[in-house]
Amino acid sequence: MSICTTCPYCGVGCGIRTDGTALEGDKQHPANTGRLCVKGSSVLETLGDQDRLLQPEVNGEVVSWDQALDEVAERFRRIVDEHGPDAVAFYVSGQLLTEDYYVANKLMKGFIGSANIDTNSRLCMSSAVVAHKRAFGEDVVPGCYEDLELADLVILTGSNTAWAHPIVYQRIAAAKQARPEMKVVVIDPRRTATCDLADLHLAIRPGQDVPLFNGLLTWLADQNALDLDYIETHTEGFAETLQTARDQGNDWEVLASQMGVSKVDLTTFYHWFATCERTVTVFSQGVNQARNGSDQGNAIINAHLATGRVGKPGASPFSITGQPNAMGGREVGGLANQLAVHLDIDNPDHHAAVADFWQSESLANANGLTAVDLFNAVESGEVKAVWIMATNPVDSLPEADRVRHALMACDTVVVSDCVASGDTLACADIRLPALGWGEKSGMVTNSERCVSRQRPFVDAPGSAKADWWIITEVARRMGYEAAFPYQHEHEIFAEYSALTALAGRFGKRLDLTAAAALSADQYEQWQPQQWPLQGEPRCFGDGHFSTPSGRGRFVACENPRVRQIGDAFPIILNSGRIRDQWHTMTRTGRAGRLFAHLSEPFAALHPKDIERYRLSDGGFVRLSSRVGDALVRVKSDAGQRPGTAFMPMHWTDQFSRRARVDALVPARLDPHSGQPAFKHTPVNVSDWQPRWHGWLFTAAPPPAVEYWARVPVDAFLQAGQVQRYRLAGDADLTEQQLHDWMPEAAQWLALNDPATGHFRRAALDKEGRLIAWLAIGEELPLCDVEWLANCFADESEIQHLALLAGQPVDAGPDLGPVVCSCFQVRQKTIEAAVEEGADSVEAIGKCCQAGTNCGSCIPELRGVLETCSV
Amino acid sequence: MKRLVVIGNGMAACRLLEELTRLAPDLYQITVVGEEPFAGYNRVMLSPLLCGGTDEATITTYPHEWYRERGIRLITGSPVTAIHRHRRQVMTAAGHLLAYDRLLLATGASPRQLPIDGADLDGVMSFRDLHDVRKLLSLPAGRVVVVGGGFLGLEAADALLKQGHHVTLVHSRGHLLNQQLDEAAGHRLQQDLEARGLTFVMQARTQSIENNGQGAVAAVLLADGQRLPADYVVQAVGIVPRAELAAQAGLTVNQGIRVDDTLQTFDPAIYAIGECVEHRQRTFGLVAPLYEQAAVCASHLAELGHRRYLYADTATRLKISGIDLVSFGDFSGESDSGGSETLQLDLPGSYRRLQIRENRIVGMVLYGDVAEAPFYETLWREQADISALRSTLLLGEAFCNPRDGGGDKQEDIAA
Repeated sequence: MSICTTCPYCGVGCGIRTDGTALEGDKQHPANTGRLCVKGSSVLETLGDQDRLLQPEVNGEVVSWDQALDEVAERFRRIVDEHGPDAVAFYVSGQLLTEDYYVANKLMKGFIGSANIDTNSRLCMSSAVVAHKRAFGEDVVPGCYEDLELADLVILTGSNTAWAHPIVYQRIAAAKQARPEMKVVVIDPRRTATCDLADLHLAIRPGQDVPLFNGLLTWLADQNALDLDYIETHTEGFAETLQTARDQGNDWEVLASQMGVSKVDLTTFYHWFATCERTVTVFSQGVNQARNGSDQGNAIINAHLATGRVGKPGASPFSITGQPNAMGGREVGGLANQLAVHLDIDNPDHHAAVADFWQSESLANANGLTAVDLFNAVESGEVKAVWIMATNPVDSLPEADRVRHALMACDTVVVSDCVASGDTLACADIRLPALGWGEKSGMVTNSERCVSRQRPFVDAPGSAKADWWIITEVARRMGYEAAFPYQHEHEIFAEYSALTALAGRFGKRLDLTAAAALSADQYEQWQPQQWPLQGEPRCFGDGHFSTPSGRGRFVACENPRVRQIGDAFPIILNSGRIRDQWHTMTRTGRAGRLFAHLSEPFAALHPKDIERYRLSDGGFVRLSSRVGDALVRVKSDAGQRPGTAFMPMHWTDQFSRRARVDALVPARLDPHSGQPAFKHTPVNVSDWQPRWHGWLFTAAPPPAVEYWARVPVDAFLQAGQVQRYRLAGDADLTEQQLHDWMPEAAQWLALNDPATGHFRRAALDKEGRLIAWLAIGEELPLCDVEWLANCFADESEIQHLALLAGQPVDAGPDLGPVVCSCFQVRQKTIEAAVEEGADSVEAIGKCCQAGTNCGSCIPELRGVLETCSV
Repeated sequence: MKRLVVIGNGMAACRLLEELTRLAPDLYQITVVGEEPFAGYNRVMLSPLLCGGTDEATITTYPHEWYRERGIRLITGSPVTAIHRHRRQVMTAAGHLLAYDRLLLATGASPRQLPIDGADLDGVMSFRDLHDVRKLLSLPAGRVVVVGGGFLGLEAADALLKQGHHVTLVHSRGHLLNQQLDEAAGHRLQQDLEARGLTFVMQARTQSIENNGQGAVAAVLLADGQRLPADYVVQAVGIVPRAELAAQAGLTVNQGIRVDDTLQTFDPAIYAIGECVEHRQRTFGLVAPLYEQAAVCASHLAELGHRRYLYADTATRLKISGIDLVSFGDFSGESDSGGSETLQLDLPGSYRRLQIRENRIVGMVLYGDVAEAPFYETLWREQADISALRSTLLLGEAFCNPRDGGGDKQEDIAA
C-alpha cells in the first residue's frame, strides 16, 4: 500500500508516493505534479539501519530513554537554576518537522524563558526573513510556483536552480519550452548549469547585487517605467530609496564596468525588466549569504515594489528556501529573534498574547543569540548547555574548527540525530536517537507556503523516537507537564494552528486557524494546502501589507564598501550545493549512486587561475583563509570568474580528510540578520603534489594520510558497509603501513614494485570473497572502481589477476563518466546517440533514456549536443 | 659410405640421430652403442614413471623399429671400453670393434655420489635412469630420506611419497631448487609439498649414513646431530659429466669433454654433445641446450656445417608434483652489482617475480601459474623497454594492452 509524503531535501517540497520499495513523484502534489529530481528519486537508497544511532547514550554509555531524558532534564534544570535561562540553548534545524519545531520553541521561549533557540535557517534564509519583514511587515513569500510559469521574465539571482532546486528549474524550463518568448536572466558570478536556460547571463562580480538593483531602480525612474500610482498608494520610503540608488550615478558604462559586465548586457536586463510586467525574481543563498544579504534582498524587492509587481500572477519577488521545512520553522518562530507565528519578542502586545495563549509566566522577553553568536557564547562559557537537533554546526557554521573546539569544551552538549557518526555527534555528551525521514510524521512548509505531510512508511530502527516526543519528555521532566500534554503530533499541529489566530489578530497573513480543531483522522488525510488556509494563493497582491501602515516599504540600500583584495588572499571563494548531494551528506552520502556525478571534494577555478597559481586540473589544491584551510581536488571550470573559486558545501570529516569549506569561512555577518557571508571568503591557493596516490576499499575507517575522500559502495560485509577511499599522501609509506590499513584476511593477493612505489593488495576471506582492496602508486594506480565495487557484492569467484588489476580482463570500452545519474547513462553513450542523429535533448532521451527522469543532467546533455555538433 | 659411431643412447644422442637422418639420410652408416639395455627413452618422463603416471612403453620414444627404419645399428647393454683414435676404432665390452670416420660422444652424466661414510650401503640409491626407477618401484613401503633439494631430489621425493613411502628430504641450502627459484618461490614450494605430506630438513649437512649392522641403511646422520631413521636413501646431489672414456683417449677434459662452438673435440673426427661436455666453461643438465647442441652438431656431421652452438640462456621449465615452475636469467637479483629492481606478485597458488634493470627484464621466476612465461621470455630475449608496461607487467599480457581512454578515467572527479 503506498502513502503520500514529502521529499526530505530542498525547499521545493515535492510530493512523493511510495510503498517503501519503489517511489514516484506524487502527481497530485502541487509542487511537482509527479516530477522528481535525482536526489528525490534515489531517497529510498539512503534508508536502512546502517550507521544509524539506535540507542540513547550518555558519555558514551548506552542508557535507557528514561535515564537519558532524566539526564538531559536534570542538567538543563541545574544550569538554568544556577546560571539563569540564558545559560542554555537549543540549536535546531530546517530538517525538523513543524511539530518538532513548535515544541522546541515553546519549551525554550515559553518555559525555560530564554530566546536562545536558533536554527540552521539562520545560515540560509535569515537575510530573506529580514528583507521580507522590512518590506512587507511580515516574513511572507508573496508568490507561488505557478508565477514562474506565468511570467514573461524570470530572473534567477544567486541561485543555481538547476542543481539546488531542480524541480523549480524544470518548471521554468517547461514553461519556456511552451512559450519560447519567455525570457530568463541568470545573475551569478559563476556560469552554472542554470545558465543553460538563460537568454542572458549577467556574470557580475561577487557582491555587486545592490549596485545592480539600485541601478535598475534608477533606470526604471529614468525610463519612466515606475508604477507611480502603486508607489503612491501602496508604499512608503520611495524617495529616499531612489535617492540612495541615484547616488551611484547613471553612467551605465562605468557602472557596468564596476559590476564586471558589458553595458549592453546590463541595459538589456534593465530594459527587459522595465518592459515585462510579468516578472518574477527568484533569489536564494547567493543573495542571502552575504554581509549585506538583507540589503540585497530589499534591493530586489524595491524594484518589484517600484513596478507594483508583488504578489500578482506572474509578477513577484520570490525567495526560495534551501531546506524541507525552513519555512515551517520560520512560521512557528524557530529563530532567536522571533517569538512565534510571525510575532515579535520585543513587542509587548505580541508578548502578552503569546504568554497568555501558552499560559506561561516566564516567556522570554528579549531576543536570543543567533547561530554564530550562540556558539561564540558556548565558546566563552556563557552558554553552558546546548541541545543540537538534526543539524551539523561543526560543518555548517563559519569558522567551523572554532565551533568544534567550543563544543568539545562545553559543559553539556546534547545531540539528537538519526545517524551514528558525524562531526557534531563526535562532540556530544548525550546522544539521542531521532527518527529519520520515512519514519517520522508531521508537517513541512515549502517555499510557496504549501503545508504538506511527511508520513511514515518504515518502522523506527532501534529505539529511535520522534523529536517532538523527545522534547516533550524533557519538558515534562523539567516540570512543565501541563504545557506539554501531547500524545500525538496532530495535537501539536492543532495547537500551533490555533496560535496563528494571534498572527491574524496583529494583522499578519500567517493563518492556519482552519486547522485548529483538526482531528487525528483529518490530520492523517491532510492534503497539501497553502497558507493562508482557505485564502488566496498569493499574498499582498492587493497592495495591502502587514506593516503597521499597511504599506509596502522601500528600504534604501547603500552600496557595499568595495573591499580591496589583498595579495595574501587573492581569490574569492564561493560555496554551494552540487547536483547530487545534500547538506553534509548524512543522507545522500549513503547512496553510492549519488557520487557518480562528483565523487570528491573540489575547488573549481578558472583555467587562467589554474595556470597563474601553478595548479593542475585534477590535481590538488590547498586553500587557506584567515581562519582555516582545506585540501581538495582542482576542477578547471571556464564558467568561474577569474579570481574566484567555488567549493561544494557538502564534504565533512566523515567524507574527506580536510574539505570542510566552512572551516575556511570567517564569521562575518549581515548586521540585520546575523546570517554569515558564506559566498565571499578571501583565500589563497597553492598546489599540493602528493608523492603517492591510491585507492582503498574497506569497511574500516580511513587511514591517517594527508588526503582521503570516501564514497560508499553498495556492498555490506560483516565489518560493515564497504567504502571506497581515494588516497594521496606525501609521507613515505612502509609495507607495514599498507598491511595495517587492511583487515585480517584468510588469503592475500599482492603486487609489489617497491622501486616505483607501486603496491596492490586484495584481501579475501576463507570463501575467497573480496573483503578489502588497496592500490598505491606514484601515479594513481589504474583500476575500474565501479567494477571493483561490484566485486564486493558479487558472490561468484573472480579471477585473481583481474582482481589485483582492479579490472576485468575483457574490459569493454571505457564509456566515460556518468552523466545521467538516474539511468546511469555515460558520456560516450550519449555522444554515440548524438552521432547517430539525435539532435535534441528529447531525441537523446528516446535513444538512451538519458535526461528522461529527473532532468537535472539536461544542461550537460545540451553541452554534449553543442560539442558534438561543432 | 662414411661410418659414424655414436657412444651413448640418451636424449642428446637420439635427438642428434633424428636431425642427422633427416638432413643427410644416406651420408653415414651409423652404429649406436648404448650402455643401458634399452632403446631410446625420454629421461624426463622417469618421474611420472616413478609416480605410476605412465609406463615404460609410453616413454620409449625411440623403439627398435625406429633405428631399423633408418638403417641404424643399435648395440645395447654393452658399454664402450676404449677409443683408439689413431685407428679410428672403438671397442665395446662385448668385444665389438667398430671403425669410424666420425665419432660422437654422448656419454651423459652420472649421479654425484655422496662423499660420506655409508654411501655404499645397501639401500642407498640414485634416480638417474630406467634401471634406478625399476629398482625404486620394487621397494616395499618404508622410510626414505632423499638427499638434495634440487629438481631430481624433489621429483624422486614426490614420486616416492606417491608410492606410499614416508619421505624426508634434506637439503643443504635455505630454500629448495636454489638454482632455479628465488627464496620466496622456494619457500612456497616447500609449503605446498609439506601440505602433501613431504617432510623437509633444510640447511642440513649430511654427515654419514648409519649401517644397520647388516650392510644396509639404518639412518641418515646430520652434522647438527639429528638422526633421520631410514630404510632407503636416495642421493640427488647433482650429476658429474661422464668423460673418463674421452680422457683415456687423450681428449681434452676439464669438468667435461671440452668442445668448441661446432661441438668438435680436440680431435676433429670426434664430436661430443650433452651432459658429458664442457662448452665455454659450462656444463649442462637440462634438456633444452642438449637439443640445441644436437641440432648444431648434426648440421656439421651432415657436412652442412655453418651453425655454431652458442649457449643461450633459456628459461628453465619444471614441473614438480604438478606445480609448474619457470625461471630465467638473474631472477634473484644477486649477480649484478646493484641497480636491479624486484617486482613481485603473490597470489594463492602462484607467484611471479621479475628482475628489472634499466627498464629491461633481466630475470624471472614464475611459480604455479606459468601461462605468462612466453610473454616475459620474449620481452627478456628482445630486451624490450618495459617502462610503459611496468604498472601492469606482473599481471600478464592481457593487462598490458593499452585501452582507449581508460588511463585517466579515475582522475576525473567530475562528470
